[in-house]
Amino acid sequence: MSPRLALFAPLIVFVVVAPFLWLALDRDPNELPSARIGEPFPAFSLPSLEDPKELLNTADMRGQVALVNVWATWCYACRIEHAMLNELALMGVKIIGLNYKDNRQEATRWLNQLGDPYAFSIFDAQGSLGLDLGVYGAPETYLLDAKGIIQYRRVGVLDQRSWQREFAERYQLLVSGDVE
Amino acid sequence: MRAGMLFSAVVMLSSGLVFGQTEVVEFSDESLRPRYLQLIEELRCPKCQNQNLADSNSAISIDLRLQIQSLLEQQNSNAEIKSYLTERYSDFILYRPLVDRRTLFLWVAPIFFMLSAAAAMVLVLRRQHRISDHPSDDSQIVISDSDKQRLAQLLNTRNDLR
Repeated sequence: MSPRLALFAPLIVFVVVAPFLWLALDRDPNELPSARIGEPFPAFSLPSLEDPKELLNTADMRGQVALVNVWATWCYACRIEHAMLNELALMGVKIIGLNYKDNRQEATRWLNQLGDPYAFSIFDAQGSLGLDLGVYGAPETYLLDAKGIIQYRRVGVLDQRSWQREFAERYQLLVSGDVE
Repeated sequence: MRAGMLFSAVVMLSSGLVFGQTEVVEFSDESLRPRYLQLIEELRCPKCQNQNLADSNSAISIDLRLQIQSLLEQQNSNAEIKSYLTERYSDFILYRPLVDRRTLFLWVAPIFFMLSAAAAMVLVLRRQHRISDHPSDDSQIVISDSDKQRLAQLLNTRNDLR
């Protein structure tokens, strides 16, 4: 390599590396791809939060496009998210709660205090359903179609912005497809 | 004073020995333990990114360690346990990625880079050899009279500047 060409070496290295850095700017390294997208909601049989005697299963997840929200009273970010969930429920979005490794009394108190946006809440004290879903940190929110197939997953707080960016369009599409 | 220094040295040196794993793991068959240790070493904590399950103290890692323990007790093979986890947490959880179409580049790239570095080195060394093998080449360089004149001129100006 001639010495003059060697002077361009740093530029060449930069040009090669820059696209990767550019792509990485938009990526959240904390976000795991969900292995469950496109798959049916995992089979389970767990009591509801409201009534320990009522057993819920996969059949309860079907019939209507719904969000499944993984929450717990020990989860600080869930408190932040709760107002948004109340709002969505008011808009008519069906939200199913997955109360994850929590205490029944505290969870009930939480819903009494902050409002209950959930159609019902699954009480997963051991986190077994959470494990089957691949939950790794509450809050997480899943979008299910009417057949109970997982269409999307978000890890982290669901707020106005993430709803608009990630859910609104997908939700509308599923709902309108459901009607036809 | 000396005892104090000794003490703090011991504390500092032993702090590196603290592991994330806190729970006591009991196996019905002790031969499962090495496999357990190998698995939690090779599997990644989904929450904490740069730690394996053995290192991490996060709630999800504790759950996964317990799950791996019970899967081992149920006579699952290492491959079965890994696929159980990737079904739920995707390939992300494998610190040793599978070899397939998507990861081929990852596996081949280091070899490729090593080979090209070796090739570059051979080329450079050969060239240097060629130059040092024929030192007489230098004397055979013919400089025209006009060039010689110019050279002298340039050297003179340099000297003037000094």
